[in-house]
Amino acid sequence: MKPAPFRYVRPTTLGEACAVLAAEEDARVIAGGQTLVPMLAMRLARPSTLVDIARMPGLSGIARDGDVLVIGATTRQVEAERSALVARDLPLLAAALPWVGHPPTRTRGTVGGSCANADPSAEIPLVAVTLDAEIVVEDESGPMPMLADDFFIGPMITAVPPSGILTAVRFPVWDEARIGAAFHEISARRSDFAFVSAAAQVARDAEGRCTRIALGIGGVGDRPVKLDVSGLIGTALDAATVAAAVHAAAAALEATSDLHASADYRRRVAVTLGARAIADAAANIQAKEGGR
Amino acid sequence: MKVELTINGTARTAEVEARKTLLDALREDFQLTGTHAGCEHGVCGACTVLIDGAPARSCLMFACQADGYDITTIEGMAPAPGELSVIQDAFCETHGMQCGFCTPGMVLAAHALLAREDSPDRAAIVEAISGNICRCTGYGQIVEAIALAAERLRTANTPRGVRPPQIGAPHVDPDAGEDAPGAGILEAADADMPHGGRP
Ligand code: FES
Ligand code: FES
Repeated sequence: MKPAPFRYVRPTTLGEACAVLAAEEDARVIAGGQTLVPMLAMRLARPSTLVDIARMPGLSGIARDGDVLVIGATTRQVEAERSALVARDLPLLAAALPWVGHPPTRTRGTVGGSCANADPSAEIPLVAVTLDAEIVVEDESGPMPMLADDFFIGPMITAVPPSGILTAVRFPVWDEARIGAAFHEISARRSDFAFVSAAAQVARDAEGRCTRIALGIGGVGDRPVKLDVSGLIGTALDAATVAAAVHAAAAALEATSDLHASADYRRRVAVTLGARAIADAAANIQAKEGGR
Repeated sequence: MKVELTINGTARTAEVEARKTLLDALREDFQLTGTHAGCEHGVCGACTVLIDGAPARSCLMFACQADGYDITTIEGMAPAPGELSVIQDAFCETHGMQCGFCTPGMVLAAHALLAREDSPDRAAIVEAISGNICRCTGYGQIVEAIALAAERLRTANTPRGVRPPQIGAPHVDPDAGEDAPGAGILEAADADMPHGGRP
């Protein structure tokens, strides 16, 4: 369990880091390293150079920018988990973060790293896809924002260009007054890779009718996907209506089979967890000051 | 590469290969073998240390990445040679260890939890050690040890006979005034356990 030799650099500007990536085909970016280091240890990855961006100025932090909450790529998962801004503006991300790895990996693992790694069962990419977040990638030519749905291409495959670096994730903030969110997943043991995960965020009006809804499913196919349950808007989100809508939407899911779970199982569980996430999100509604 | 670390409060430097993990550097270059090497790929938690006070797996970080950070290992837990911290003592008392392989990681995970929360419930304790595997104890006594340590740390500053210790009460007694003894924790715990907690 010892990695193959590599060179280590810790550039202080994005330009320098991109230059190393452009010059060396096998150079890799490292931030928290919570997924990359095991891959190095098992020699599944043998980069020529590790470009450490964990302490690069300007890449870390959580800030509101209009109707978007911007989370810098190297913001550690634990920082987002304990952030009052995330708790207030991104209830779905707040609900998902406790499911990411374990407490001692969240202290090093980063929000951007989880997206750049693009594990199909990872929680943060699922939230990004569900909320239509924008993922910002930069290289010599400047920042390129792209929709999460376009960013995640397949298992561990993203749209990051060879010399590009993910710099931030921009999560839209819902401005409705009554928003609720819930996250569920099934895995072999707590915090292990999810076979199926479901993320839901719901807004309701004063009468309890649904005014906005987003549902995403992870772990089922080769990337996280958003399901279209817009038919639930205007309903009171009663159990039977939700179950029927999720069932219909899940027909479009492409599911994979592996040692852990069959495609059929995954699809069935996706329907159950999806409906459960919506029900819990609807029940978790928090009234927000100043929302509409 | 040269790395400079503060380990258990002391500035240390070493010349390491880039691929050397913090775990191996601690064990081989600094002779701190209390940090245990289990799986070496982030699964077991035996290698847990505190990096700037937060628990992390030392096998998932290269020593060169840790350059400049403050590292706490199990060797930094006890107040003096031959003594035990309140948490270590609680592990002995409740039989929270058998072979001891997981214990340094468990103690550091517990330390990080109790530094943030003075009255964690069972769920919070279980969550805090959820990334640490123990093959001996079945975890029950470990959870018990951490709860016991929490109780002792929480009540350590409360003068006996003045006010009964209360679960969920603030860590520092608001009525105690300026001279609430922040460093009195170990003294009070010692008073509780004249033989270090063991018969
Ligand atoms: S040795 Fe580091 S987690 Fe197992
Ligand atoms: S005491 Fe043996 S592994 Fe925990």
